[in-house]
Amino acid sequence: MSEVIKVGMADMAVCNGDDAVTTLGLGSCIGIAIRDAVAGVGGLVHIMLPDSTEIRNNSNRLKFADTGIEELVAAIVKAGGNRSRLVAKIAGGAQMFAFGSNSDIVRIGERNAGASKKKLSEMNIALLAEDTGATYGRTVIFYPKTGDFIIRSVGMPEKVI
Amino acid sequence: MKNLSMEELTSQYSDVLKELGNIGAGNATTALAQMIGCKVDMSVPQVKLLEFNELSNIVGGEDEIMVGIYLQVEGDIEGNMMFILEKASAAHLVNKLMCGMLGVTEEEIVNHEFGEMECSAIKEVGNIITGAYLNALSSLTNMMIYPSTPQMGIDMAAALLSVPAAEFGLHADKILLVQTKFSDDIELDGYFILIPDMDSYQKILTTLGVM
Repeated sequence: MSEVIKVGMADMAVCNGDDAVTTLGLGSCIGIAIRDAVAGVGGLVHIMLPDSTEIRNNSNRLKFADTGIEELVAAIVKAGGNRSRLVAKIAGGAQMFAFGSNSDIVRIGERNAGASKKKLSEMNIALLAEDTGATYGRTVIFYPKTGDFIIRSVGMPEKVI
Repeated sequence: MKNLSMEELTSQYSDVLKELGNIGAGNATTALAQMIGCKVDMSVPQVKLLEFNELSNIVGGEDEIMVGIYLQVEGDIEGNMMFILEKASAAHLVNKLMCGMLGVTEEEIVNHEFGEMECSAIKEVGNIITGAYLNALSSLTNMMIYPSTPQMGIDMAAALLSVPAAEFGLHADKILLVQTKFSDDIELDGYFILIPDMDSYQKILTTLGVM
């Protein structure tokens, strides 16, 4: 029986076999899915903010794009993944509310997406696909075995990237 | 003045925050009742400090479709405020407000897609409710509080809540939720999330003479 493991905000999970990881209702947050296709192991981290070095309160490493990706990579390697074979897909980073002002918090989705891509490239993890931006929430399901990253949004057909 | 963390603030001043929520929501309820012309009850608000991953479970499920009204607050205190309510409740309110002009039954209302006019009506409801809430807060604390024009989003609960959560995430690992339930002849589920920045929290408590 395959299982779907739920990941909350500032949370992550790793799985293998036919199991999947999911996170419901990504808004400005990003779901970063990383896997090793050969070992069939992978995981998903749900980050909320772009940069752990920008603020003082950064004890929760899963809250940020930079430290969250590091944690997920470490967990996948621990579960049997090969560091050099890791590839990634990302989704989320929407702008849920359109304010006239361009304040940092309004553009948080865009910044989250930018920071996630930057960190992945720094760590030499190829970004195979992304579905980011726009103004709607996304529920995602990731199957590390096949690499399928399924994206569902309200009033839109299901997407697989 | 001591610098308190969100955890310390909430545990020490939970009653004050609850009372603020109570007064704000009470005012908002009155405004709502006047607008739709019928009796609206509200529950005693609950003040909760939640882990991020608990947040969306509280408001009816992460992928529950909800209507969120989000606005920025400026003046003597700064921060953001969100009023979030179930889509069915929003449709019900709009139907009341527009004298049944949606032309759908209570059963169909859950799946009703909002048009431009209805969205505008919901925004107005949000405007009045959040305005009443902030007015109460303003006269209680004698502070100037200016709300921005509200923005509305209809989406999954977790997606809407990610915006205030990210805001809270800047200074805490938990989020402070003042939860109020409204009901008229059917149950309306609405929640307020007030997110002053940490300095504003201390300002509010100092003005009230409790700190």
